[in-house]
Amino acid sequence: MTNNSVHSKSSHLKEPLIRVARREGTSKLAAFFIKLLAIVLSCVVCLGVIYILTGSTPDKVASAMGGELFGFGTRQMNNIMNAYSSSPLEGFFRGLLSSKPFWRTIRDAMIMLCVAIALTPAFKMRFWNTGGEGQILMGGLATATVMIFCADKLSPALLIIVMLLASIAAGLVWGLIPAIFKAKWNTNETLFTLMMNYIAIQLVLFFNIIWDTTGGAGYIGMINKETHAGWFPTDIAGGFLGTENYIIHLLTVIVLTVLVYIYLGYTKHGYEISVVGESENTARYAGISIKRVIIRTMCISGAICGLAGFLLVAGSTHTIAKDTSDNRGFTAIIVAWLSKFNPFMMIFYSFLIVFLSNGSKEIATRCGLNEAASDVLTGIVLFFIIASDFFINYRLVFRHKTAKEEK
Amino acid sequence: MTGTNAIELKSITKTFGSVVANKDVSLSVRKGEILSLLGENGSGKTTLMNMLSGIYYPDSGEIYINGEKVDIRSPKDSFDLGIGMIHQHFKLVDLFTAAENIVLGMKGKTKVDMKAVVEKINGLCEKYGFELDPYKKIYNMSVSEKQTVEIIKTLYRGANILILDEPTAVLTPQETRTLFKILKKMREDGKAIIIITHKLMEVLELSDRVSVLRKGEYVGTVNTNEATELSLTEMMVGEKVTLDIERPEPVDVNPRIIIKDVSCSDKNGIKVLDNINLTVNSGEILGIAGIAGSGQKELLEIVAGLQSVDSGSVTYCPPDSDKCQELIGKSPLQIRNLGVALSFVPEDRLGMGLVGSMGMTGNMMLRSYRSGTKFFTDRKSPKKLSEDIVKQLGVVTPDISTPVRRLSGGNVQKVLIGREIAASPTVLMTAYAVRGLDINTSYTIYHLLNEQKKKGVAVVYVGEDLDVLLALCDKIMVLCSGRISGIVDARSATKEQLGLMMTKHSEETEVGDNDK
Repeated sequence: MTNNSVHSKSSHLKEPLIRVARREGTSKLAAFFIKLLAIVLSCVVCLGVIYILTGSTPDKVASAMGGELFGFGTRQMNNIMNAYSSSPLEGFFRGLLSSKPFWRTIRDAMIMLCVAIALTPAFKMRFWNTGGEGQILMGGLATATVMIFCADKLSPALLIIVMLLASIAAGLVWGLIPAIFKAKWNTNETLFTLMMNYIAIQLVLFFNIIWDTTGGAGYIGMINKETHAGWFPTDIAGGFLGTENYIIHLLTVIVLTVLVYIYLGYTKHGYEISVVGESENTARYAGISIKRVIIRTMCISGAICGLAGFLLVAGSTHTIAKDTSDNRGFTAIIVAWLSKFNPFMMIFYSFLIVFLSNGSKEIATRCGLNEAASDVLTGIVLFFIIASDFFINYRLVFRHKTAKEEK
Repeated sequence: MTGTNAIELKSITKTFGSVVANKDVSLSVRKGEILSLLGENGSGKTTLMNMLSGIYYPDSGEIYINGEKVDIRSPKDSFDLGIGMIHQHFKLVDLFTAAENIVLGMKGKTKVDMKAVVEKINGLCEKYGFELDPYKKIYNMSVSEKQTVEIIKTLYRGANILILDEPTAVLTPQETRTLFKILKKMREDGKAIIIITHKLMEVLELSDRVSVLRKGEYVGTVNTNEATELSLTEMMVGEKVTLDIERPEPVDVNPRIIIKDVSCSDKNGIKVLDNINLTVNSGEILGIAGIAGSGQKELLEIVAGLQSVDSGSVTYCPPDSDKCQELIGKSPLQIRNLGVALSFVPEDRLGMGLVGSMGMTGNMMLRSYRSGTKFFTDRKSPKKLSEDIVKQLGVVTPDISTPVRRLSGGNVQKVLIGREIAASPTVLMTAYAVRGLDINTSYTIYHLLNEQKKKGVAVVYVGEDLDVLLALCDKIMVLCSGRISGIVDARSATKEQLGLMMTKHSEETEVGDNDK
């Protein structure tokens, strides 16, 4: 009865035009090329968007990126490259090493990497530490405090060490508080760490007013501007690395990356983190104290975030303000996820994110767009990279074509 | 001929990546017929049925419903064609009543006339012999009642073709019998029914014809009256098998674990175990039977130190010493180091005992990672252990570093039990050790347990299949709502006896239940 009408309707149904099918055993190489293709495609789309909006051609965009990120085309670099015209490669490297933009890019990437590395142990444990921002700020605040009050009491080397320890301790405490609450009362760590950020921001604002040096504007301003006490030396290795290098950042963070990689992959602590992250029941079954692992891991996570604050204040901004951290605590979450929590992949993604944000800001200014445009460009690239994961795990099957032409 | 077939599948093929789930499968179901679909784990039964219910779309092949070629692109298409599937895991809203769940998602006026709905439901109940209170909320229902709601849901929508995925796995023997009666009534009413099951006895009792799948391929269809348990198993496995579970005589029987007056409550304060007294002997296999959730899990967890008790004591008597020790108050780690191994298999196999994303080596480390140097883990000996287990138990895995989540259920089980046995325990507790495993793998597991028993290990086997419990164990303790309703000798007990004990613990308490 009713069945007949149903059937005549259903016989009109055709096979769906596109179906999604799982792809298994995609090799690492293939996955890498899919990712690479995604990045290239996203660049093409970005260039297209810029061209449509401003009429700027790709070469103009490239020169803007090159200048901002590496200092290509600056007079200083041209001079050095001309001096070494007999061996262009040496000239290129010497030019690069003495270029300020190049070192700035390194510095920014290293601080980003440092924060991503800091979040990783917590994330591996499925403890969603969204409080990187606050932990960085507290580390920075502690550094600034020591710089202000101990600059004339301690020797330069001792001062740096005290700053370092203070920043680590401050970040650690800011990570420890939510960890204790999570371990004891199972509070939601995502909200808790997020809220801790706002406390940290308010504390920084408070001390900005207390220690105001501008006479009422509410800024601390450059600390130890004359004496440079507690500042990182920027001319290490003499003239070879230029007069404004960030080799300290580079070495510290790379060593840290290797250490965290070993810690997570080859130590008992790292093993416990993986088990707790995967299944708390299994951890209990194996006799692992979940509370202890949560607290211990968040101490490490917070401490490294604090260290990032130290690198920022002592080695980069020389002051503390509420935007010193510049959302790194959140951006680093993207870096950590894109790298699938692999510390070495984070090096690549940290650079990529820094290229994107610094480069697109420069493009936006040079091409007469505003700050928001740089966010759009960054968004386009991230969209492509994240979407590429879909094509690594799935493939599309079109109507009539059977699935046999799979590679 | 095709006109009389409710369902006809022609050369259905479905692949997932490189895995072929169904290869060139053809089968048919007539109207007014119950067809059993039989096959080992991973033979593609559920995949095949999911293509009928619109969850998957076949890569190639044709589906005919009532003689007409159709394309089933979504569960809605499937509904429209009169196909209803009852899944293993019920898809019901706990806070709604039975009637609300049944009309949920149906098209029609904004305001639902609940009275009419209830009337129609009652009509269906009467017609087929269901017992259901349409106003009862799902969270108050037993598993069997929930299943009834699922079945009526499909009938309410006018389903003429019913697919049931292992419907009896969660039922007691008595409930199973009621279900079968209902299914037979539906058959008389001209409905086509496909039932997926592992239990051969049920296949023989219920169905008209049996279709067998093996490794995704269609083996054949036989009339049930021409089939025997043995012939069906051979079709499934593809080789000659013996279906007898060996039961060696217990040797050197001594009390190993003495549980005294143990009670425990869950986090809502509801008593889960009430006054349990039990002795687990070495050299014996003690079976524990009971409806799921009667306190089996808690009992094992108490012995393993994973669950706290309200009162009572658990004493452990090691083999070569007279000094018995109290286990309550000890940490899980201390208890394991004494040699009490819990090879616990909860509903979700990877939920406890294994780490899904790690390979075999990483999972072996769960027991041993504390040994070795102070700070770094030792990967060499767990790696060797994994290789040994792969060899000895025939674990099928591409590589020992493949995440165990990607292994099939039987292989996961072998990894877990292999690791626990490798620690040469004195007590081995298993829960649902063969749940969802195919016949061959199940027999391997039974064999492993018997090997342990012969070594003088005290084995505890929490099981579901009463036939297996009766064939494998020496003693069987039956739990009902957290109380012991009896301990019987497995050599003389019967299935009916166990089934009755599972549902009522003693004379006094039974009165209240029956009055309803």
